[in-house]
Amino acid sequence: MTFSAPDIDYAGLSPVIALTAGLCAVLLVGLVGRGQRILVSTLSFVTLAAAAGLCIWQWGEAKDLVAGSLRLDDLALAISLICIGSALFAIPLSWREPAAERPGYEPRHGEFQSLVIASTLGMVLLAQAQNLISFFVAFELLSVPLYVLCGAQVRRRESLEAGLKYLIVGSLGSATLLYGMAFIYGASGSTDFAEIGEGIAGGGIFDDPLVLIGIALCAAGLAFKISIAPFHQWTPDVYEGAPTPVTAFMAVATKAAAFCVFLRFFEVALEPATDDWDGALAALAAVSIAVGNIGALAQDSLKRLLGYSGVAQAGYMLVAIVAASEFGASALVFYLAAYALMNLAAFAVVVIRERETAFGDDIRAVQGLGRERPVLAWPLTISMLALAGLPGTAGFIGKLFLIQASVAADFTWLGVAIAIGTMVSLAYYLRVIAYVWMQPAEAPEPDAPGPLPAMAGGSPETDGVRGQRGQTPDGRRCKVIIGFTVLATAATVFFGVVPAPLTNFAESAGEALAASVG
Amino acid sequence: LIQILLWLPLAVGLACLLLPRRAVPVLAAAGGLVTLVLAALLAIDFDSGLAGLQHAVDESWIPDLGVGYQLGVDGISVFLVVLTALLWAGAVLWSALHRPERERTYFLMLLLAETATLGAFLAQDLLLFVLFFDLMLVPFFFLFGSWGRENEGVRVVPATTKMIVYTLVGSLLMLVGAIATAILAAPPGGELSFSLATLRENLLGEGSQDWIFWFFAAAFLVKMPAFLLHGWMPDAYRVAPLPVLAVFSGVLAKVGAYGFLRVSLPLFPDATEQFQELVLIVALASILYGSAMAFTQTNVRLVIGFSSVAQLGFITLGIFSLRPDGADGAVLQMVNHGLVVAPLIFIVAVLYERSGTEDLTRMGGLAMRAPILAALFLVVTLATLAMPGSSNFVGEFFILNGVFQEKIVYAVVASAGVVLAAFYALRLYQRTMHNRPPEGIESREIGLRPALVIAPLVACIVALALYPGLILERGEPSVELALERPAPPVVTSTEVP
Repeated sequence: MTFSAPDIDYAGLSPVIALTAGLCAVLLVGLVGRGQRILVSTLSFVTLAAAAGLCIWQWGEAKDLVAGSLRLDDLALAISLICIGSALFAIPLSWREPAAERPGYEPRHGEFQSLVIASTLGMVLLAQAQNLISFFVAFELLSVPLYVLCGAQVRRRESLEAGLKYLIVGSLGSATLLYGMAFIYGASGSTDFAEIGEGIAGGGIFDDPLVLIGIALCAAGLAFKISIAPFHQWTPDVYEGAPTPVTAFMAVATKAAAFCVFLRFFEVALEPATDDWDGALAALAAVSIAVGNIGALAQDSLKRLLGYSGVAQAGYMLVAIVAASEFGASALVFYLAAYALMNLAAFAVVVIRERETAFGDDIRAVQGLGRERPVLAWPLTISMLALAGLPGTAGFIGKLFLIQASVAADFTWLGVAIAIGTMVSLAYYLRVIAYVWMQPAEAPEPDAPGPLPAMAGGSPETDGVRGQRGQTPDGRRCKVIIGFTVLATAATVFFGVVPAPLTNFAESAGEALAASVG
Repeated sequence: LIQILLWLPLAVGLACLLLPRRAVPVLAAAGGLVTLVLAALLAIDFDSGLAGLQHAVDESWIPDLGVGYQLGVDGISVFLVVLTALLWAGAVLWSALHRPERERTYFLMLLLAETATLGAFLAQDLLLFVLFFDLMLVPFFFLFGSWGRENEGVRVVPATTKMIVYTLVGSLLMLVGAIATAILAAPPGGELSFSLATLRENLLGEGSQDWIFWFFAAAFLVKMPAFLLHGWMPDAYRVAPLPVLAVFSGVLAKVGAYGFLRVSLPLFPDATEQFQELVLIVALASILYGSAMAFTQTNVRLVIGFSSVAQLGFITLGIFSLRPDGADGAVLQMVNHGLVVAPLIFIVAVLYERSGTEDLTRMGGLAMRAPILAALFLVVTLATLAMPGSSNFVGEFFILNGVFQEKIVYAVVASAGVVLAAFYALRLYQRTMHNRPPEGIESREIGLRPALVIAPLVACIVALALYPGLILERGEPSVELALERPAPPVVTSTEVP
């Protein structure tokens, strides 16, 4: 009897392998004590850059990996690149962040950055998943490191609260998703996306309640992760509480990966049942646009504001899935890329101001920025305008794509909903800009640090330790972050004026999805 | 030529960011004047006999979305382009002479606004038009918000935000409308295109025309502003910095009216015909309401603001008479009104320097020792009230003539608006210039620097009064083309459901 080893496509798996190896290396090197920041960060950069390079090398391929449980195509690679890019951005943001480097304690860059890489690995796998099992495993690999990262600032009550809240809500979402998967498996008898599609279509079980319940539960589970209203309740709290670099990473990359699998799952596996779910998803999108935009109006915390705006933006992007077309998929990829650029720039400014002023993430932290620090004011202004979808930025082209997709799919009313939502959103985006340019800077009056909560190890002995409030302004400038921010802003404007490179990128991703649908 | 004209202001604005502070106003003023020269060259080069586009540029921009980069001028837009360049040159010059604070950002924004406005007039692609139309708002948000000043208890930032949100409501609906137009008009399986010329050949069915027409009308009517949609106007006028207000009032309002001529009439002829009466009523209401308000306000800025509402009512009336003479008169009147309102606002700035107030009841007697100022103001006032002999008279005559032949009732009521114009314009002049000066107001002659801006504008008014045919002749063929129902084969295609 001969035994033939399974054929392993190392080339196709190379991004995943690179990330896994880098993850282990970063974790081990993190054991070095002094001066680990440069060493660990260099290693992380090399890992992520290698993974990104391998993704670019594989561009244009379309093949099944690991016995068909993963699908390597342009869609997966495009989303992987967006996620890896945000991870690259998040690493310099985390330097000097108390979660990774608290004065008076051993630095923990190794742990922090290996968690970021682990989560990125989950995202890359999730973008490729085309089997319920790999889907769920990747989903958890993405989520678990993020639960830890959210609570990484162990001496701050808000961070712990965010970690715990995200863990509980996220687990609930995962459980819901898993339950839905079970129903779908039960109805179709397969875990492979394409076979599920055949099972649903061929078996004539369109209106089988099993399928419907499965779809509903899966949609709800995914909606938790991409913060679609009414499953968004955790978003503002967790965004506010988590260390800001983590928030930035989470807001952009999680959304990209989860949307990718959403797209693949619904448009490959559940494609025959499109009529069953597109109305419901359209309603979710509309609710999300309304809730996100109205919720953001009254926020004074920039992170909460961006959280609610993220809910609204998720609603816009869901429209692309409702459109259920190749064009919709391109629109989604384009918007995700644009969203990554503008959101990362905005969060980076928040991070810098948290370190420079005593206001934390309060909107007063950016007051008078236009006169004082134009190099920060412009990126923040441009990313706000881009998020609002004003012309001259990538955000406008993205909105254009989305509206076009919705109108072409006969969901014109959703296009109108996007327009109205955008209009409402201007009220709060412009408020930030008004603070930046039209108000003089206010002298800070820092809140006195309160005693540590017992849960965070607070006791009369430890009270008064420096760095309790998380952020202590130290007056040092963050040159690297400013460099990255300016780069992202320049890209936002560039792709708003010359969108062709990004539209080609998005288009080949859309074509890849259409090819796998058949 | 057209490309340089469009992008030069923005390029100068960006260059302003890099230069030392001293050089910035000089450079900006030079940029404004060179743009004006280019626009004048464009107008001189314009062939008056043709109806179609001239100086056309046609390149693809986002091929995946069918968006092209198409520019061109025709008889409708050519003088609006000149007007834009002229008023901006005035505003930039005025600002350069008065030295605003933070001048780099100021001039960047002012010149960005010029590029956006020129873009809206030059664009021949529906989406490009929408893009420039939206882009105009961004610099004005900064200009109003950062350089505005609190006035009569109206705070700057809320007033500015209100203006932007109001005007963007329309603009965003217009974006959806534009996309819907292109998708619905595209032949099945055919290429998507936003080109105005292509869209014109494939008109929409009547049902879709109706709702899309209103999406566009919302944008244009808010911008003008028309009656009931003018809620943002008083507050925004109160806080705006004056040179910015001059271009805002002089040009931006016209973009709305221009949009009707460029987009609504050619692309949605059925809907236009169907809703003609409704728009005419809105226009009439604007005339009467604007005139009445202009007559009762005591703030000089608001008198001007509400008079603009009334004047734009006239322009809308002319366009929606759906007759070539009415629409041609409307084109002339757009230029006229821009030419009149901008010097008026600059004069308000001069008056404010003298009297320290913008309240009519506390002004007076300013003409005493200032004959030149008084003369300039008088010319502008007489043009505003459409004295026979002024080109405003010709414009209003054409408009009323067009409406009269189409809908006699509206013409009769609108004539009342002409009379009311005389009331509020003369009241504005008398209250400020005549009577005995109150305490603390000194009558001084106009300075050299303001005169440098105001006098050329007044000279333009006089020149146009002598030869309004300059615009009418060039406008007519293009207007006729816009009003013309498209050729028969297309009509059959609209009948197919």
